[in-house]
Order: sequence, then structure tokens, then C-alpha cells
Amino acid sequence: MIFDTLSSFLGNEIIAGIIVACLPLFLVILPYAIAAVLAERKVSAYMQDRIGPNRTGFHGVLQPVADVVKLMLKEDIVASNVDKPLFNIAPLLVFTGSYAAFAAIPFTSIFIGTKLDLGLIYILAVSSFVVAGILMGGWSSNNKYSLIGAMRSAAQIISYEIPTFLVVVTIIIITGTTNLTVLSDYQTSYFWNWMILGGPSLGVVKFLLIPFMIVGFVIIYISTLAEVNRVPFDIPEAESELVAGFHTEYSGMKFAMFFLAEYANMFAVSALIATVFFGGYQSPFGYLGNLMGIKWLIPLEQLFWFSVKGLFFVFVQMWLRWTLPRLRVDQLMTVCWKYLIPFAFVNLLIVGLLVVL
Amino acid sequence: MALKTEEMVLNMGPQHPSTHGVLRLQVELDGELVIGVRPYVGYLHRCFEKHAEAMTYPQVIPYVDRLDYLTAMNNELSYVNACEKLMGIEVPERVQYIRVIMAELNRIASHLIALGTYGLDIGAFTPFLYCFIDRERILSLFEMTCGARMLYNYIWIGGLSHDLHPDFVRLTREFTQQFRPHIVSLNNLLSYNKIFIERTANVGVLPLDVAVNYGITGPMLRASGMEWDLRKNEPYAVYDRFDFDIPVGKGTVGTVGDCWDRYFVRVLEMEQSVNIIEQALNQLPEGDVFSAIPKRVKPPEGTIYARTENPKGELGFFIVSNGSVNPYRVKVRPPSFINLAVIDAISKGCLVADLIAILGSIDIVLGEVDR
Repeated sequence: MIFDTLSSFLGNEIIAGIIVACLPLFLVILPYAIAAVLAERKVSAYMQDRIGPNRTGFHGVLQPVADVVKLMLKEDIVASNVDKPLFNIAPLLVFTGSYAAFAAIPFTSIFIGTKLDLGLIYILAVSSFVVAGILMGGWSSNNKYSLIGAMRSAAQIISYEIPTFLVVVTIIIITGTTNLTVLSDYQTSYFWNWMILGGPSLGVVKFLLIPFMIVGFVIIYISTLAEVNRVPFDIPEAESELVAGFHTEYSGMKFAMFFLAEYANMFAVSALIATVFFGGYQSPFGYLGNLMGIKWLIPLEQLFWFSVKGLFFVFVQMWLRWTLPRLRVDQLMTVCWKYLIPFAFVNLLIVGLLVVL
Repeated sequence: MALKTEEMVLNMGPQHPSTHGVLRLQVELDGELVIGVRPYVGYLHRCFEKHAEAMTYPQVIPYVDRLDYLTAMNNELSYVNACEKLMGIEVPERVQYIRVIMAELNRIASHLIALGTYGLDIGAFTPFLYCFIDRERILSLFEMTCGARMLYNYIWIGGLSHDLHPDFVRLTREFTQQFRPHIVSLNNLLSYNKIFIERTANVGVLPLDVAVNYGITGPMLRASGMEWDLRKNEPYAVYDRFDFDIPVGKGTVGTVGDCWDRYFVRVLEMEQSVNIIEQALNQLPEGDVFSAIPKRVKPPEGTIYARTENPKGELGFFIVSNGSVNPYRVKVRPPSFINLAVIDAISKGCLVADLIAILGSIDIVLGEVDR
């Protein structure tokens, strides 16, 4: 929709395409990343009885800007004996993976990069793209810590995709769609119709579904936490063991790319969970715009609710990070293969049965 | 066809976030499995023992502070104790009580760092800062007493550099009262955390016989199940007047002598230190702290070996005097150095992550390892 308007306005489809492709970066990811970096520092500070950044701007609100400027001015160090092409591509690849996911995230019923029919699958697919970048970065750095970090990361992300997919499949079974906009609309604008509470269909099945939906939510939350390498699964970058893991050798803007990708990914998976289980952009109590008869208010409300849900899960990720210790690499695999996958399978089976009945 | 594999040698440190200073561990890895560990020390060597020969006895005290810079009061107590035994000085009771209070406060501060950084090694960042809040209060008490926060030069041969500040007793009582609940909350946040237990229970088990053979002392030895504490077994200062327990490792969540036991023994020891401080504050006699300080420290010819219970283990000083104002020889028995030696024996076959957990549970300070 945005693309059509722009291309007719500019009379050139290529320029319009480039502009549309950049829109989520400037409208969503950069402002969000800046806010999230500040939030992370403030959240951690308050959890640890500190004040946090408070020198740059009012209560330190300009701190992320200062950080970005610092990172841009930093020397771009390339250590000797690195595999240069791979070393340079890796941060871009990681960032592309997490950026591409934003194309299909429905912020409102109107503003969405593309209304893919396979949106749900697409997001999961492109976000695993990150693994390739991490492996490349770890391998090309010619650093043992980076290599170990990259190996761990690959094993971890690939393993944890399985429970994520299994949970997503249960949702597909119930709703019969992988289109995220359709999925959000299906869950209507009242919270008792959200998937976490069994979806909009009435009857016994809805109530039977509730416990399985909650189990599914817990599984997908844990496994997405592992996919974005956050505590307690931040093993690839385990600071106390591997210095900084796969991005040990990176500095300046290349490091910033990894950093940005991490935060973008955090929001992408939070948005996915919000869409799948918590009604996406739908308001929990109906729309003010409908009530007052102001149609243009609805998308704004949707944007508000979507951000609230997404950011809430991002906040929980931060909360966990500053509370929990880190698992060991074998325990991480144990959690995935011995607990999450069997539970997800059983969940899938029972949900399938319930839907058939 | 079998793929050719080879072991990787990883040099961990001397610049590494978890080696607690400039320690280099040469780790042989098979994938993530540790085959062997060789600690390389000496990056912080400052010739303490040779240096001491050129100093007069009181001049050595500031250097003693810098051995284990987190437990300067305990180091001073140990060295001064040896000198006083050599010279046969009777120290006033008030001085002894103040020394005990300072040493126990410093023990709590040292254990707080050990526990906090241990959480950091395991990946929990927040307990570290909670520990530092309490440590900060202890440092303020020290600052109030002698003006220094880390390296005090407070305990002198025969006395102290300053008497207590008039507010010290009140503020210390306040601290001990508020500190007990903090231990409980530390336990809730970290010690009994499921993930923390998973990471530390049954990891790096140090059997008692190995511990004794390696000369391990301090919380590490007690965690392996031996009730050995010089404050009880060979009382010095006035430790025989206080009622306290020696916590030992019981294998509550795993095996006796695992990392969790070593961690938890330190938590329990902090409680015991609080007990000692409260008793000492109640019994604190009045008096002069300067009266026994000798005008000239010139011990008679002879040798002395005196040891005390430091937070990290037994700190011993062997002093040879030839009757002059300078010690002829000062030999230190550094607990961190000797405890570190066991790392190869207990970390064979563990993962890299476990190696960090084991190193953290040994609780070394490189200032003391290298001297």
C-alpha cells in the first residue's frame, strides 16, 4: 500500500522500493534500538540499586545517541590473519537476518511491510539466517574464543528452532493460517479471544485448549530466549568464559551491527509471541476509535497496543537477564532436547486431537 | 575414514574477564572438554619477600597490605602477630578486640567479593552489585577508623595507628543488624537458584584427601568436610573468647567439596563473622591502644613462624631475625597460591564453563599468588 502510493508519487518503482525497504529501519528499528539500549541500562540500574546513565541529557536519555556516535567514530580494527571477506560480511548477514523479519511483522492492520501469506514461517526462517552470520564471524575472526562461541551459537539456535516451530504448528492447526494479519484479526479485539485463552471459538474446546496454550507460550518464550542468545542462554557470548564470544574481534560499526541485530531480534521474537498468543495489534478491550466513531484513531491504537505487548516481552527478557545466572552448554541442550521438545510434541498432539474432535 | 582431530590449546588470560586478575591458564581443550590446565603465575610479582629485607619491621606492614589487597586487615594481623611473638610483646586487650573486629569485618568484605564475583562468573550480574553495597559500608567503617579504604596500615606492632572513632561501635552494630537479612536475600537470589545449583553442584569436587595432600586451607578445606579453622584450633588474638561455629561443606545439593559447597561455606562464614563482631562489640574493653607500641622495633635473634586464618586460607609468616632493625628473611605462606595449585587436579574432564566455575570457587587474589 505504501509502496503503491510512493511509486505513483515518484513515478519510479526502484526508488520507491528502496525507500519502502528503509522505512522500517528509520521508523521502527533505530528508534526502538536506541530506546531499548537506554531501557536495558536503566532497567539493569534500577534492579541493581544503581542510577544508571544520567549525565547525557535529561536522566541520560541521550546516552544511546552518544554511544552510537562513539561507535561510529571508533577505529574499525581488522586483526591480522582474519578471513577478510567473511569477516566483513558476517555483521551484515546477522543484521540482515533480524532486519528481514521486520518486513512481515504486523504493527497495525495498515502498516505492514508486506502481507505475506506465509508470514509466520517467513519470520522464523529469516531469523535463523543469523546463524550463518554468527558462524562466519566466529570462523573468520581467527580467534579461539570466537570459534567456540560461534560453534555453541550454531548448535543452540538450530536446536531451539525445533520447539519454536512445534509450538507455531499448534497455532497453525487451530487457526488454519500462517498470515500474521489474518491471525491477528482472528483473535478479535477482546482479550478473552486471544490464543493464550483458547482463541475466539466458543465451547468446551476453548476451555480445554487454555492449559495447552499456556504450556505452548512458556515453551516458545524459553526457546526464543535461546534463539536471541539472552540470559540464561547467552552461552555464545558468555562473557566470563569466552570474553565476548563470536564478536570478540569486532569493533566500531561492525560491532554495532551485531549489537543492533541483537536488539532487533529481541523485538522480532517478542512481536512474534505477541502476535501468535496475545492478539497482535488488537486492543484487549475494544477500540476507542470504534466507540467514538473516529476511524483514523484505530491504527494508532493498534500501534500502541502492539508496541506495549512487544516491549513488555522485551522488558521480561531484560528482567531475566539481570536476575538469572547462565546455563552450561550441555545443560542448555538438555533443556531443549529432553524437556522442551517432548513437551512441545505432546502439546502438538493433544491440540491436534482437540481440534479434530 | 576417521577425521583427523587435534586438541586445542587455549591461553586463558592474563587478559580475560574471569581469571580474577593477571593469571594465565594454559588450557588444553578437546572440543569443550578440558584435558589439562596449567596455571602460569608471576605477572604481578613485586618481590615482596626480597623487599621486606631492606625495610624495618614496621615499614613492612604497608607491603603486607598489598599481598591480598582485599583482606589487608587480616594480613596485617598475621604479620604483626608474628612480630609480636618474636619480640614477646603483651598487647592491651582493647587492641586485641579492635583487631578482631577489623579482621572479621574485612573477612566479610573479602567473602562478599568472592561471592559476588562468583555470581559474575556463573553469569548472574546483579548479586555482584548487591554484595558491593554491603562491602561499601564496611569500607566506610574502615575509612572512618583509619582514613584508608583498602590498604590500611592500621594494625601496628604492639598497637594500632588510631583508636576507634566515637561513632564506630554504633555504626558497626547498625551494619551487623542490617547485614543479616542481606545474607538471606543473597541466598534467595543466588545460592538456592536452580540454575546456579545446576552449574555448581557436583562440579569440581575436591575430595578431602586430595585437599590435605595439596595443603589446601581455608574455606576450600572446610568445604571438603574438615573442621579446621585456626581461630578455633590454634586461637590467636582473643578468638578463644568468642562463641562461633566452623561451617563445613555437607554436600547439601551435590557432593561434599563441590563448587556449591565452597561457595556456601563462605556464606555461612559471613554469618559467623557477624556473630564474632557482635560479641566483640559487647565485650569491647576501654583502654589505651598506643601504650604497648615499642619505641624501637628490634627483635632478638631468632626465628618465628606464625599463622592466622585469613579469608582465603592460612596465611603464615616465617620471619628470621638477626637482631637488627631489618628482618633477615620474611617468607610468606600465601593461601591463594597454594589453593590455586589444585586446579589441574580437580578440573580434568570438565567443560570450559566448569573451569571458570572452579577457578571462581577457589577464590584467588593475584596479589597474593604472585606477591
